[in-house]
Amino acid sequence: MANTANLEAHATGHAGHDHHTPTGWRRWVYSTNHKDIGIMYLVFSIVAGVIGGLLSGLMRLELQEPGIQIFHGLAAMAYGLEGDAALDGGKHMFNVFVSAHALIMVFFTVMPATMGGFANYFAPLMIGAPDTAFPRINNIAFWLLPPALLLTILSMFFEGPAGALGFGGGWTAYPPLSTSGHPGPATDFVIFSLHVAGVSSILGAINLITTILNMRAPGMTLHKMPLFAWSVLVTAFLLLLALPVLAGAITMMLTDRNFGTTFFAPEGGGDPVLYQHLFWFFGHPEVYIMILPGFGIISHIVATFSRKPVFGYMAMAYAMVAIGFVGFVVWAHHMYTTGLSLDVQRYFVAATMVIAVPTGVKIFSWIATMWGGSITFRVPMLWAIGFIFLFTVGGVTGVVLANAGADRALHDTYYVVAHFHYVLSLGAVFSIFAGWYYWFPKMFGYMYNEFLGKLHFWVMFIGVNLIFFPQHFLGLAGMPRRYVDYPDAFALWNRVSSIGYYITFVAMIIFFYATWEAVRKKRLAGDNPWGDGATTLEWTLSSPPPFHQFSTLPKIESRDAH
Amino acid sequence: MVTGQFFRKMGAAAAAALALMPALAFAQQSSAGHPEPGQFHLQPSVTPIMDSIVAFHDGILMWSISLIVLLVLALLVIVMVRFNAKANPVPARFTHNTLVEVIWTVVPILALVVIAIPSFGVLSDQMTMPDGERKYLGANVFSMGEVDVPAPALTVKASGEQWYWNYEYVDQGVAFDSNMLNEDEIAALKPGQPRLLAVNNELVVPVNTTVRMQITASPSGVIHAFAVPSFGIKVDAVPGRLNETWFNARETGMYYGQCSELCGKDHAFMPIGVRVVTEPEFEAFITAFEESRDYATAVATLPAL
Repeated sequence: MANTANLEAHATGHAGHDHHTPTGWRRWVYSTNHKDIGIMYLVFSIVAGVIGGLLSGLMRLELQEPGIQIFHGLAAMAYGLEGDAALDGGKHMFNVFVSAHALIMVFFTVMPATMGGFANYFAPLMIGAPDTAFPRINNIAFWLLPPALLLTILSMFFEGPAGALGFGGGWTAYPPLSTSGHPGPATDFVIFSLHVAGVSSILGAINLITTILNMRAPGMTLHKMPLFAWSVLVTAFLLLLALPVLAGAITMMLTDRNFGTTFFAPEGGGDPVLYQHLFWFFGHPEVYIMILPGFGIISHIVATFSRKPVFGYMAMAYAMVAIGFVGFVVWAHHMYTTGLSLDVQRYFVAATMVIAVPTGVKIFSWIATMWGGSITFRVPMLWAIGFIFLFTVGGVTGVVLANAGADRALHDTYYVVAHFHYVLSLGAVFSIFAGWYYWFPKMFGYMYNEFLGKLHFWVMFIGVNLIFFPQHFLGLAGMPRRYVDYPDAFALWNRVSSIGYYITFVAMIIFFYATWEAVRKKRLAGDNPWGDGATTLEWTLSSPPPFHQFSTLPKIESRDAH
Repeated sequence: MVTGQFFRKMGAAAAAALALMPALAFAQQSSAGHPEPGQFHLQPSVTPIMDSIVAFHDGILMWSISLIVLLVLALLVIVMVRFNAKANPVPARFTHNTLVEVIWTVVPILALVVIAIPSFGVLSDQMTMPDGERKYLGANVFSMGEVDVPAPALTVKASGEQWYWNYEYVDQGVAFDSNMLNEDEIAALKPGQPRLLAVNNELVVPVNTTVRMQITASPSGVIHAFAVPSFGIKVDAVPGRLNETWFNARETGMYYGQCSELCGKDHAFMPIGVRVVTEPEFEAFITAFEESRDYATAVATLPAL
């Protein structure tokens, strides 16, 4: 392939200039190196995750007891309000925290960790590429994120509704609450933040798609490509197709707010429900964007620690393609109560249930990968097994919610909150921690402490389950989401949920300590700490890999198994 | 909190974790109309629609998902026990088994079809306004419909405002606002009613009567959602749209719901209170309301809550 030959020459050419490796702040700020950019994404994700996690901590503190506990005090501190004004300010502030928590966790924690950090760092390594296709695009894609996060955070300090600060319309930002309901500039900050984050994601997606389609090492056909690279490819297409729709919707909202259009305003012939269609046309693929890279990570970890190749490679790859595809045609299952006609609801019930099939294929294939294997329960494997179980729990409640008839009772209750935190907070986040411990020795060259890693896992496993499992009960009993205060009957499960948060908080401290300990103790990991189960190309390189790798492209021999 | 009390509650928590087994859900006693402390299942039903939701959820969905979770858990335990490095030092190398792959694709499809049949039935009931002819599923979600429901005899329009509900008896042309009572007001006016659920003016409807609900929101306002768990209804109140649903409650009493779409700072403080009364009581109430055009006068015809 002429293409590959060119690449090879190009890569070799670069390797000759290795002594120009930038140092100091230039290495990071000007970085065009996919591994450095990957690390920056991971650091960014951790910083954002701490902010998002603290916001949810204040929410759990508030919800620990019935009655308004702390938010009137927070509003008094933050805004200098008193009495009833502080109470009103606190109620709104809770909604602001709900919104900011979701936006930060979705756009600035999970996505930067998976599609920014791990995808940037490991997709090129796994396909045997020297770097990504567009290193400078990679740089700008990362550097758009800090200002985007800053805009979201800034929005909390600008006027939203008359006389109150911040945007409290939820991450879904349904108009008219986000238009006429929030006349102040806070919402415009959020819209602009999403625009910038969206541009970042689209650029990143273009870069990753081009890299994966064009820069695979000689002999690595798409059907020999590691599953993580497959998951990144599918996710990048979802980003590329979904985010422009969000951008369109929020741009229409921006003009509704500022320039007199009435796309979503009924008084001008617009329709608030149109926004919901547009938002969820983006929003549903978005949830798969958050989970699909995790699927890829889990496949590698399960295979590595079972010392056995992935079971049903083709089915695993095409299950992700199927999930991505079907993910675009199920959006209105978020809208069963908006007044959709019977036939429309029937269609979305049927389409949504279809997703359970490829998802089931993945769950069973992971177990089949372990079946007959020789499993060692190292820290990444614990997270992976935890992921498989918890994602199953989150998945089956998704099947419940897919039924519009049953969703009538559960829509907009804590059941939904429990469901999506099981697949995201316990699913996607567990896959991120799995990937973190799996690739930590590769990225930093040092081995983490096995005991601390396991302690982190078990404390977090108990904590997050304690937070979110009781929320199923709250939802079944009818507690609506996004409530600053609730009837006294819901007190017990809310208290348990809050206790779960404190345990999770301890788990996060263990995580930071474990990371610090690993970096301080400097236990050298070696090229491949995981043994013969780890077969992908990143384990053939040094730990950490050289600044530029694969100056001679690896040749992928045809193997009998993938 | 007293430690003993706390441990008793944690004991309740442990017990409730077992509630994944749906049968237990029936064991917990509770009354319709509002959540009970520590409740871990759907609110009890007083309408044919909620009957079908409860039957579908507790009878089919909970069993299905519990079995799936237990199956996956069992498989995970088996592989961890049988195929850990000690028990099985030499890993197998197989990567395919067409038979099991076909099974784990086809069996879930069949399971979904079994779920889908009652699911469509439950959904169709909810979305179809009774005409007096059509039969409804009720608690038997695998039937072709066996519950008679009369055509609507009363139409009520609920409009979501920031932050209260406005109810209009459409054919009678009378309307009133319904606001949440704060704790002091509850103590003074309606002692014993639940905090955050009690309202000053309940929506009064007759028992065993099909009520057509029209739901909208103030044209210049935001989206709310009208929900009464015991009736099995939840409909968004969208400015510029008139959504429709219906219920037919078979027991008198107070039934509470809460706004179920984020609508601003007092989203948690605009509950829905529906009072189901006997037909003669309702006749007296609505006649007095039409004559006086005053809710307080009308509600005075009813026994005190």
